[in-house]
Amino acid sequence: MVRTYVLLVWTWTRAAAQYPLSFTLMTLGGMVLGGLDVAVIWVIFTNTTTLGGFGLSEVMFLYGAACLSFATADLLFGNVDRISQHIRAGTFDTMLIRPVSPFVQMATDRFVPYRAGRVVQGAVILAIALSHLDVPGDRVWMIPVMVLSGIVIFTAVWVLGSAVQFLLTDAPDLTNSLTSGGATLTQYPLSVYSADLVRGVTFVLPLAFVNWQPGLYVLGREDPSGLPYWLRFLSPAAAAAMALVAALAWRTGIRHYRSTGS
Amino acid sequence: MIEVDRLGRTFKVRGTVTHAVQDLSFGIEAGEFVGCLGPNGAGKSTTIKMLTGILAPTSGRLRVAGLDPSRRRTALAREIGVVFGQRTTLWWDLPLKDSFELVRLLYKVDRGVFRRRLDELCALLDIGDFLTTPVRQLSLGQRMQGDITAALLHDPPILILDEPTIGLDVVSKAGVRDFLRRLNAENGTTILLTTHDLGDIERLCRRVMLIDHGRLAFDGTVAGLRAIVPGEDSIEEVVTHLYLSSRRSPRTPPPRPAQDPPSVTA
Amino acid sequence: MGRCSTFALYLRLVWYGFRKHAAYRAAAVAGAFTNTVFGVLRAYVLIALWTARPGLGGYDLTDAVTFSFLSQAYIGPMQVFGGGLDIPQRIRSGDIALDLVRPASLQLWNLSEDLGRAACLFLIRSVVPVVAGALLFGILLPDDVVTWAAFLTSFVLGVVVSFGWRYLVAVATCWVIDDRGLSVMSMILTTFFSGLMVPLVIFPGGLGTLARALPWAAMVQVPTDVYLGKTSLVDALAFQVSWAVVLLGAGAAVTAAARRKVVIQGG
Repeated sequence: MVRTYVLLVWTWTRAAAQYPLSFTLMTLGGMVLGGLDVAVIWVIFTNTTTLGGFGLSEVMFLYGAACLSFATADLLFGNVDRISQHIRAGTFDTMLIRPVSPFVQMATDRFVPYRAGRVVQGAVILAIALSHLDVPGDRVWMIPVMVLSGIVIFTAVWVLGSAVQFLLTDAPDLTNSLTSGGATLTQYPLSVYSADLVRGVTFVLPLAFVNWQPGLYVLGREDPSGLPYWLRFLSPAAAAAMALVAALAWRTGIRHYRSTGS
Repeated sequence: MIEVDRLGRTFKVRGTVTHAVQDLSFGIEAGEFVGCLGPNGAGKSTTIKMLTGILAPTSGRLRVAGLDPSRRRTALAREIGVVFGQRTTLWWDLPLKDSFELVRLLYKVDRGVFRRRLDELCALLDIGDFLTTPVRQLSLGQRMQGDITAALLHDPPILILDEPTIGLDVVSKAGVRDFLRRLNAENGTTILLTTHDLGDIERLCRRVMLIDHGRLAFDGTVAGLRAIVPGEDSIEEVVTHLYLSSRRSPRTPPPRPAQDPPSVTA
Repeated sequence: MGRCSTFALYLRLVWYGFRKHAAYRAAAVAGAFTNTVFGVLRAYVLIALWTARPGLGGYDLTDAVTFSFLSQAYIGPMQVFGGGLDIPQRIRSGDIALDLVRPASLQLWNLSEDLGRAACLFLIRSVVPVVAGALLFGILLPDDVVTWAAFLTSFVLGVVVSFGWRYLVAVATCWVIDDRGLSVMSMILTTFFSGLMVPLVIFPGGLGTLARALPWAAMVQVPTDVYLGKTSLVDALAFQVSWAVVLLGAGAAVTAAARRKVVIQGG
């Protein structure tokens, strides 16, 4: 499976490299586009010193962590959300006749390494934010745990949203509201949102475990919404649960696949 | 090689149920060359999709190379080659041979076997000249030759083609037909193809099936098909006659009793 | 007779543009849902900011929340993320030559279809986020007809300015090797400088002055200020009309150049 994944990634990368100019422009464009989010945070902080009770470095820490997780998930698996295009064009059929998991084929479909630009960007922002923060040495271990859990959670969200497209082939934008919506939500401290929304993204769709709960531990902050302290150690569990739900949804989707047209 | 027993597939679209395929039964032995005809929307593609494991049937029993296609899709992929005339499985921006190399790795074909096989296919299909050309620059005929090669690199005993000659010029068409005939005769590959081109049927197929309204309307030899309309020699006229008369009959025919033979069986 | 039938042609194209997009209802409804989700998320961020800095940029808390949902409502009709025209595709396929030899202006043709598209997406994608915002947070709803009429005018002008810009980007495909880089750049400029991400009123110093003078401000910031009653109506409409004239004029010039390139030089 991993071997096949790498093989397909390499093939698509070579296909993309046939257009070097486009490749460069898209890499740059992707980075500038990601930079816009940073610009927005910067504009906000030219007007205030705290947002939702968090300072610039803390917000950048949360943003960097979310961005790193999201961009990595997007790079590695984000293409699954093109499933409805493939269903409508009939090209999903050609994936089903190969002796390779359609998930691996979808995840690598038209893989473009320029998304790596945003991974680097997230990592750099996270590093800069950490250099401005005073994180005690015994809490640093949570950072890799947080990023890895975040990658799994975002991937699961993507797969979940893509599985829905087996049913709602005409409405791929719904997946977008889940994935991009999730990315936007986690860019800011959850303390800016209402208590109901925070409970929703803690206990229903566990986006709070991407960066917020483990981030509170790293930053050594009280939870402004007063949720229990032990929640901040649950990111790996939340990630595992999400991965399970997403895998089941994907399998159900494939089983209900109805090839269209001729 | 292929066993189809009372196969059915229904689709529910906004509450109304359509029977794309119903009560379809036939068998194909190893080494046969079968052509499948039928008007647009008759259920040919749905049948092909079920045979290749893309769609699960809603009723009936289906075995291809001894496997249940939709449940054993990955295992089945190694036993069958599939070519869709309307879409390509090749990598658009890469040279043709890169697509083949990838197919080799996906199907885990041994390098030596692969090279021998590719050489054979190159000679037979005459594709040696454009192996290093990116697929997007190939003509439709060249692309189809490439797609057929890709489908055969793992040496499947069964080859299923959905409209392989669609849009091809006369020379390309003749090349594809000639290749398929030799593949069947010399290699013993079982071939099932769907087509709208009666020339494919006349020149290639010993046996022809006509699917209409999701049912098997005819299954027999080309001569048998011709004999349906007495005094008519042109197969084109016979098929036109059959399609037109079926258009006058109700869209969803009432279910027939099981023992009733599907019209003329040779 | 000539003028009458020309008008009838473009009116019909508006209607076709409307119907073409009405066929993709499901996608548009999903888009409305996405816009609503983003409206809610942005509203909370702006609430946090305006709670820390009440009265920032001359907006109160309700103005800021209203801004979040209105800005999402523009995305469909004004295609803030770019695209919406099939010109780049037709240039790449060569079909554009057929369009350019038609006895009708390519620009007006596309403008008509785009207005129809905007009207359709206004109904499907704009109403939902605003109503959701009103129900969930409570937004400012003007109670006089004049403000609504002014807003509608400003909104339509916003669509025209948006078309003027997108048309330029689309026709530029004739001269660039890869139009994807161009469309990403256009998206960056439009989303940031229109006020979609944060209101231009909180942009600091010179950047704010610059942003408020650029054409993208005519798409999100100006119609919203008209809605909120934060600007002189004459100034706002004059600003939008000026940019519409400039962009459409540039578009006409570019079309002429494209015709020379495609029809005379053969692409």
